[in-house]
Amino acid sequence: MSKPLSQIFLPAIGGTALMLAVAVVVAERNYGDNQIATLERQVVQVSERAEKARATGQAEAARVGELEAEIAEIQAAAALRVATGSNLTAPAPEAEGAYGLGRAALVEEIAAWDVDVLPDGRGLPEGKGDVWTGEEVFADRCASCHGDFAEGVDNWPVLAGGFDTLGDEDPVKTVGSYWPHLSTAWDYISRSMPFGEAGTLTADETYAIVAYILYSNDLVDEDFELNHENFADFNMYNMDGFVIDDRPDLEYAAWRSEPCMENCKDEVKITMRSVFLVETPPEGGSNSVMNHAAGEELPSFTAAGPSFIPEGAKATQAVAQDTAAPAALADDGADLIADGQKVFKKCAACHKVGEGAKNASGPQLNGIVGRTIGGVEGFKYSKVFQAALEEGRVWDEAALTEFLAKPKSYMKGTKMAFSGLKKETDLTAVIAYLASLGE
Amino acid sequence: MGEKFKPSRRAFLRGSAAAAAGTVAGTAAAQGPDPLITELQDWASYTGAGVDETPYGMPISFESHVVRRNVEWLTASPISSINFTPIHALDGTITPQGCAFERHHSGAIELRKEDYRLMVNGLVDRPLVFTYDDLERFPRENHVYFCECAANTGMEWAGAQLNGVQFTHGMIHNMEYTGIPLRTLLREAGADISPDKWVYVEGADASSNGRSIPMEKALDDVLVAFKANGEALRMEHGYPVRLVVPGWEGNMWVKWLRRIEVTDVAVESREETSKYTDVYEDGTARKWTWVMDAKSVITSPSPQMPIKHGAGPLVISGLAWSGHGQITRVDVSKDGGITWETARLGKQGDTKALTRFYLDTQWDGKPMLLQARAMDETGYVQPTKDQLREQRGENAVYHNNCIQTWYVSAEGIAENVETS
Repeated sequence: MSKPLSQIFLPAIGGTALMLAVAVVVAERNYGDNQIATLERQVVQVSERAEKARATGQAEAARVGELEAEIAEIQAAAALRVATGSNLTAPAPEAEGAYGLGRAALVEEIAAWDVDVLPDGRGLPEGKGDVWTGEEVFADRCASCHGDFAEGVDNWPVLAGGFDTLGDEDPVKTVGSYWPHLSTAWDYISRSMPFGEAGTLTADETYAIVAYILYSNDLVDEDFELNHENFADFNMYNMDGFVIDDRPDLEYAAWRSEPCMENCKDEVKITMRSVFLVETPPEGGSNSVMNHAAGEELPSFTAAGPSFIPEGAKATQAVAQDTAAPAALADDGADLIADGQKVFKKCAACHKVGEGAKNASGPQLNGIVGRTIGGVEGFKYSKVFQAALEEGRVWDEAALTEFLAKPKSYMKGTKMAFSGLKKETDLTAVIAYLASLGE
Repeated sequence: MGEKFKPSRRAFLRGSAAAAAGTVAGTAAAQGPDPLITELQDWASYTGAGVDETPYGMPISFESHVVRRNVEWLTASPISSINFTPIHALDGTITPQGCAFERHHSGAIELRKEDYRLMVNGLVDRPLVFTYDDLERFPRENHVYFCECAANTGMEWAGAQLNGVQFTHGMIHNMEYTGIPLRTLLREAGADISPDKWVYVEGADASSNGRSIPMEKALDDVLVAFKANGEALRMEHGYPVRLVVPGWEGNMWVKWLRRIEVTDVAVESREETSKYTDVYEDGTARKWTWVMDAKSVITSPSPQMPIKHGAGPLVISGLAWSGHGQITRVDVSKDGGITWETARLGKQGDTKALTRFYLDTQWDGKPMLLQARAMDETGYVQPTKDQLREQRGENAVYHNNCIQTWYVSAEGIAENVETS
């Protein structure tokens, strides 16, 4: 759509001719005056332009300075952010009910899980249990670890006694002597006991067990019944024995100070050496052995260094050694045995196996398959097991299967609190595992 | 696949000879050329293991002694027990999950993500149930925190007991957690977050370990975590979801977290009354002692890490941490606390996370009494055992953050001792 060339050129040529004609007329009239006036005008114009340019230059220079400063500022801020790490990280955004995730918890679900009991008794279900019932339930479900009189077997917790020992060198902290709230006992027994069968006690059984524990602590009479109504009235022996963390006042105030760096003491003596050396065998675990060097004298220290240098110190060191991986079981039964080993976790709280296994709250189980029932030396069996021993009965696979499925019906009166394995695959696996164990 | 490298007996013997020569290799002139250098080694000739040989890698067999270990006589059963992180053999600050100490009250359970449910109830407008997948849809954060059992160093109250930093100080680990701020879940359920309220948290295992956390802490930095060090939590650390309570005792870091309940009082559960409380000399006890105070220990040299190189350059290294915030300084003494030198921090400590320190020194080959002393951002200075005993007596079990002493003999053997 461009214009034809003639339309552009013709007016341009006409304009030039007009200007030439005007110039000839002006020159003829008064050349000198006009030239001066023109030059003067030009001088003014040039000066104005120069002034303008100078101002523009100055403004631009100032703007450049501003921009440079701005850039420097941004760079410095970026460098600072990198240096201090306060870059683009930010806490996860949050807001009230913002995400609409999850679903409403149903009443039945809350009832199933929200079973904790508060110190004032809120959360207790209705129910009751007396000391006599408690004694029976305790003997059946608790005594294998805690002892018939709540005195504790082996390292398992002692539940009774220990009154007036809290200030002694080895305080005996029992439910009776130490626990400040009865709710704690009910709550813990109900949710977490018996060990290995948590959550299987009824509310009445729990009331009864708690009543029996109070009785074995001489805190109630033998005709005492505990229930949801008299629960909150019961005050524990050590209810006022606790203070809330007071380290800020007693310790922090004193220990927030500039520490000593030089000549902080005149002399330092070694007052005690390690009681145990700890060996770390390649198969894992540790062995604590007495430190027989503990009696030997070691130097004392001053700013000048040690008082003497003992020669050939005998202190044994427990240096870990590289170990070869245990040979993997290669036969086809390995999987079953491995499964059985997992199932055995349910038993391991009370029964020990492996080299040097000792009787715990249950007898050790090495070589159990094919072993005479009730035949482990040094274990106090229940009457039903003693009778089986007299009859010469043997733990074959059939007997074990039946017993482990329903211990209390196969061996009526057994002390074993375990309620039985429900899955047949678990039974087969755990017996295969037991059979794989040596004598 | 090529021929695989297997260490031969010949190579082993050659290696031993070289190791013997190595004891003098540090001096200016070796006695003879080192066969490890001059002879072609099997590993430089045969090919190694293929890429998928171990789909999930374990440490090389030469490091198989670096494992957690328990002390059997401490507890009645390994199912309700504790073991110890091999901190003597680690460096840096992050604890690999596979060797991070375990503490279970009813054993470690196998809980599938598909079977996982988390309930938020109590004083909330909307009691909610979340699946694992729900949790991954909330905004999440990453933080490195230490987790220390309140009983760490507890055996040492009465005197020097166990010869090994793994056993005196190994109830600790330090991981990078990925999780949701607890406050996000509380607000999602419309919880009453007034400052006098409590948040009771409970695990899904048979012990159903439960602890009460005051609202202020619950709204502060507590995380509902599902990853540690980048991967899923290990079973023994609470797979699939555990609570992270920065700077506070490990028992509150409930594993297999199944329930969060807003309450108006502390529940006073077994683990916050009969356990994790300390009896003092007059028979009174201190409760709600949640914060782990500043503490440090030299991990090398230590009884399991003797000095094998004789006099000369020696790196003394250790860990420091504080439940009150950042570690700002660690001092080391070689003479049982007469003279102290300020150690170099590996890097500026994260808040409530392990900080590594080094004292790069020259050993004169004489016996030493090594101690470390931590300071945190509040100005708190780690106390001596005597200072602690003066305050609390000897019957306490938990929260022993005393200065530890190692006697190092002229032979470089270290032993756990107590000093005047």
